Amino acid sequence: MFRRIIAAIALLGAGAGWWVTAPTYLPRADEITLMAAAPDAALGEQVFWAAGCASCHVPPDTAETDTPILSGGQAFASDFGTFYAPNITPSPEGIGGWTLMQFANAVQAGISPEGAHYYPAFPYTAYAKARHEDIAALFAFIQTLPADATPSRSHDVGFPFNIRRSLGGWKLLFGEPDGPELQPLSPSTERGAYLAEALGHCTECHTARNALGGLNTSLWMAGAPNPSGKGRTPNITPAALDWSQVDLMAYFTTGLTPDYDSAGGKMASVVQNLARLPEADRMALVDYLKALPPIANQQPASEQVR
Amino acid sequence: MKLKRVLTMTGLAFGLVAGTAFAAGHDGPPPAVKARLGLMANFAYNLGVLGEMAKGNTDYNADVAAVAAANLAAFSATDQSLLWTAGTDTGSISGTRALPKIWEAKADFNSKSADLAKASMTFAAAAGTDLAGLQGAIGGVGAACGACHKAYREPQ
Repeated sequence: MFRRIIAAIALLGAGAGWWVTAPTYLPRADEITLMAAAPDAALGEQVFWAAGCASCHVPPDTAETDTPILSGGQAFASDFGTFYAPNITPSPEGIGGWTLMQFANAVQAGISPEGAHYYPAFPYTAYAKARHEDIAALFAFIQTLPADATPSRSHDVGFPFNIRRSLGGWKLLFGEPDGPELQPLSPSTERGAYLAEALGHCTECHTARNALGGLNTSLWMAGAPNPSGKGRTPNITPAALDWSQVDLMAYFTTGLTPDYDSAGGKMASVVQNLARLPEADRMALVDYLKALPPIANQQPASEQVR
Repeated sequence: MKLKRVLTMTGLAFGLVAGTAFAAGHDGPPPAVKARLGLMANFAYNLGVLGEMAKGNTDYNADVAAVAAANLAAFSATDQSLLWTAGTDTGSISGTRALPKIWEAKADFNSKSADLAKASMTFAAAAGTDLAGLQGAIGGVGAACGACHKAYREPQ
């Protein structure tokens, strides 16, 4: 009898676990607004660069041209394994034949057309906050880019992280990270927040994570260890980033720091993307950074680097 | 017997002193790396003169801008083949952030260096004309700096 109760509880637990880890698709209402949005490829091009799609999805050591080939293959090492960016060109190996709703579920809910959870190396927790018209426009723009038949490479992820179903639990716990209140809150800082938090996914590198890889939202943009190697991504809250607005604008346009060094590594890609945005959007990002709550460095000053 | 010991001790002591002196003479990175860093510092210094004008932090001066941009073009046209000596990557020595990839992809590395020289030439032609010309062309130089640092410089 006792054994039976235990078995029943275990079964219930497993059932509950199965239920909570199931993919949660975008709601039906989203489909209606998505379908109603104009497939505006010109807007989509702006969304594309603001969201930094090319930075990860072009092949390794390939320049991000105006019409990049998004055939994937770049490796992203982490504590959980190595992830490889997939092919997202409009080919059968990529997103060829996908519906807008499948695309939106992939980008905003982290669910593949086959119903599997994507790993959050793909920043869908940020993209979840993107507007429907931007997603529909992005889908239209990506269709205009060259198709390529390179197959996507499987991720190199060990047990237990290779059980994709468990990502359902991860999404429940960490799926909707909220940014801090801005001071001041103006149309420009709000636009900046949208660009930084929904599209640009700056927190992915600039905010520290807990042991399970969830963002520590109380340390928003206060810097984090580099997940793929040595060094730290810098604190970009006003407590540490004392560059003037003019300096930040110049950095976002030319990649040159106030010392006339240049951005390197992943940030060089980010700057190239930002340089393609309208000036008002770069200014909005500057205003956003200045409006973030200042958070002191989490490391001794000697270890902080730009 | 005693003499032998004295000689040995003297030899040892001499060796020790000489060794220290030798080590002191080789403090810091090797000369090729110092020269590389010096070249980068010259890029940054001249670019800084121009960048401060572009930002409006200093007044635009066509003559000064022309000199700084010509310097930048000359420095970036330097043949750097003698600077990137074997064994001077970040995996081999300290004091550099030059990734080993530089030596594995020399042709691409050289072409990125040529891109900087090209962007600097364009910049030199524009910077001395007027402020708008300067502001319009500095981005190309920044992009060339970034393209190489993105691929070949170790993040801090």
